[in-house]
Amino acid sequence: MRPMIDRDQVLHVARLARLRLSEDDVETMTGELSGILEHVDRIGNLDLEGVEPTSHVVALENVLRPDVPRPSLPQDVALASAPEPLNGAFRVPSPQADA
Amino acid sequence: MGELLGLTVAQAAAKIAAGDVSAAEYFGAWQGAAAGDELNAYLWSVENAGDYEVKDGPLGGIPVAVKDIFCTEGTPTTAGSRIIEGYRPPYTATAVRRLDAAGARVLGKTNMDEFAMGSSNENSAYGPVLNPWDRGRVPGGSSGGSAAAVAGGLAPCAIGTDTGGSIRQPASLCGIVGLKPTYGAISRYGMIAFASSLDQCGPLTRDVTDAALLLAAMQGRDPCDSTSVGIEGGIAAPSREDLKGLRFGVPSELARDTFDAGVRAVFEATLARIEELGGEIAEVALPSAEHGISAYYVIAPAEASSNLARYDGVRYGMRSGGDGDLLEMYETTRAEGFGTEVKRRIMLGTYALSSGYYEAYYGQAQKVRTRIAEDFKAAFAEVDFVVTPTSPTVAFGLGEKTADPLSMYLNDFFTVPMSLAGIPAISIPAGLAEPEGGGRRLPVGFQIAAPAFAEQKLLEASYALERAIGFDARPEGVDG
Repeated sequence: MRPMIDRDQVLHVARLARLRLSEDDVETMTGELSGILEHVDRIGNLDLEGVEPTSHVVALENVLRPDVPRPSLPQDVALASAPEPLNGAFRVPSPQADA
Repeated sequence: MGELLGLTVAQAAAKIAAGDVSAAEYFGAWQGAAAGDELNAYLWSVENAGDYEVKDGPLGGIPVAVKDIFCTEGTPTTAGSRIIEGYRPPYTATAVRRLDAAGARVLGKTNMDEFAMGSSNENSAYGPVLNPWDRGRVPGGSSGGSAAAVAGGLAPCAIGTDTGGSIRQPASLCGIVGLKPTYGAISRYGMIAFASSLDQCGPLTRDVTDAALLLAAMQGRDPCDSTSVGIEGGIAAPSREDLKGLRFGVPSELARDTFDAGVRAVFEATLARIEELGGEIAEVALPSAEHGISAYYVIAPAEASSNLARYDGVRYGMRSGGDGDLLEMYETTRAEGFGTEVKRRIMLGTYALSSGYYEAYYGQAQKVRTRIAEDFKAAFAEVDFVVTPTSPTVAFGLGEKTADPLSMYLNDFFTVPMSLAGIPAISIPAGLAEPEGGGRRLPVGFQIAAPAFAEQKLLEASYALERAIGFDARPEGVDG
C-alpha cells in the first residue's frame, strides 16, 4: 500500500501550492488528507491496463476561428480590480526579499 | 402579490406577453421578495429596478437569480470567496447574456459554497444558506443559494453550476427541479472555473417546463468557449403525457448501497409511477460507478488546484503580505483569502499532480472516468434512461457533516458518475420523507440521466413523470 501523506509532504505540497499553513493547519491537513487519500487510493488497485484515460468527454478536435484582430479589454478596465495598479501595470513586491 | 409569485415562469411570461400582467409590477414583486431574504440565499440583489423596459422574448420580464459564480459586468461577483470580495467583473458570462437576450433580467446573485466546493453551502465565506423547509438544515450545495431562493419563494427561477452534483443535489434537498445539461451544452465563458472538464451551467426551477425554457435560452455554441457545442435542434417545451415504450434502468449496484429508508420508499414509489405511465423498469449494471467518488476527488481537486492558481493577489481581489517578497505575498494572500475546504482541495489536487504521484492518482482516475463513461454507454444500449435517488439522504442538519470532509464527499455518490461521463441528468421532486432520526418531512429528489445531448427526451420523460407525481408541497409560508 502506498504511504499516506505525512507532515513533511504536507509542507512540501503547501509550498508548491503557494499556501502558507499554520501549525494547526498542518496537523489537521495531515490527518484529513490521509483519510481522503485512503479512500481515493481504492482506485489504485484496479487493473486498468490498456484503458484510455479520458481528459475530455466531448469528441472535439481543432476548434478554430479566423485569426482576425478584434478589440480586447481596455487597459484601465483590466486594471480596475487590481489591488495595486501602478502606471498602467500590476505592481508586485520584489521576487527577492532584500532587493 | 401572492398570486403573481405563485406563477411558474412559463405562466408569468405568457401573462406578461399577453399584457395581462405588467412586467414592472412582476419584477417589483420579486424584488420585494428577494429583499426579504431570511435564508442568506442572496449575496447581492437589485435594489433599484429603475425604468424597466421589457425585452421581447420567451423570458420577457422574468427575473432570474444567478449563482455568484457567474461574472456579471459591474455587479459584485465573489464565487462565495473572500479572495475576490468586491470584485466587479469587466464582462458578463455568456449564459447570463443569453438569458438577457431572451428577455430575462438578473434579480440577484446567490450564495454558494466557496468556488462551488461543497455539498451543503456551509463553505461559503459569507455564511451558510438555510433550507426553507427547515432552517436548521442545509439547502445542499454548491448551488444552495439558487435552490433555496426558488424553493423559498425568493425567485421564480435560478441558474447554478454543477461539477459533481451542485445543481441536482440542492434541487433535491429543496424540493425543486435541477438540470445538469450535457457537458458542452451551455458555454462556460464567464463562469468562474472550478474543474474545467466537469463544470456545467444549468437551471433550477419550480417545474420541468421552466427548466426547458431556461435551457432553451442558454444552450448553444459560443465562440468564447471552444468546448461548447450546443444542443442540435434546440429545446422545445415538453408535452409528453405517458412513458410508453421507454425503458428506465435501475443500477443493480443500488441494491447494496446504503441510503435512507425514507429516500428508498419515495424512490420505489416513483418506479411504480413510471410503470403506471407505461414505462418499463429494467436492471442495468454500472460496475465502475462505485469508484466515481474516488476518481472525482482526484480529478476535480487536481483541476481546481490549477484553476485557482490565478488568485495570487496580483490582478484582482485581495492582497495581503505585500510588504514582504513576492513569494510571501502569494502565500499570505492565499492563506488569508481561501477558506478551509478550498485549501484542502488545492492541497489534494497539488499532491495528486505532484511528481511521482501523477500516474498513480490523476492518470488512474482518468482511466476510471473512461470506464464509467463506458458503463453508461453499455447501459444506454439497453435502456433509455438511468434512474437513481439524487441524494442518499434528505437535507441534513447544519454542522452535521462539517467535521468529516469524507462523509460530506460521499453525499455526491449518486450524482458524480454522470458528471464524470459528461451526460445530462435531472433531479425532480418525487415526494417527502422523514429524516433518519425523525422530524419534519422533507423533499426527496429522483434523478434521471440520459445519453449525451438527449436533453429533449430527458425533459419529455421528466415532464410526464412530474405530472403523474403531482408534487405540490411547499415550505411553510411560501406561496404557490
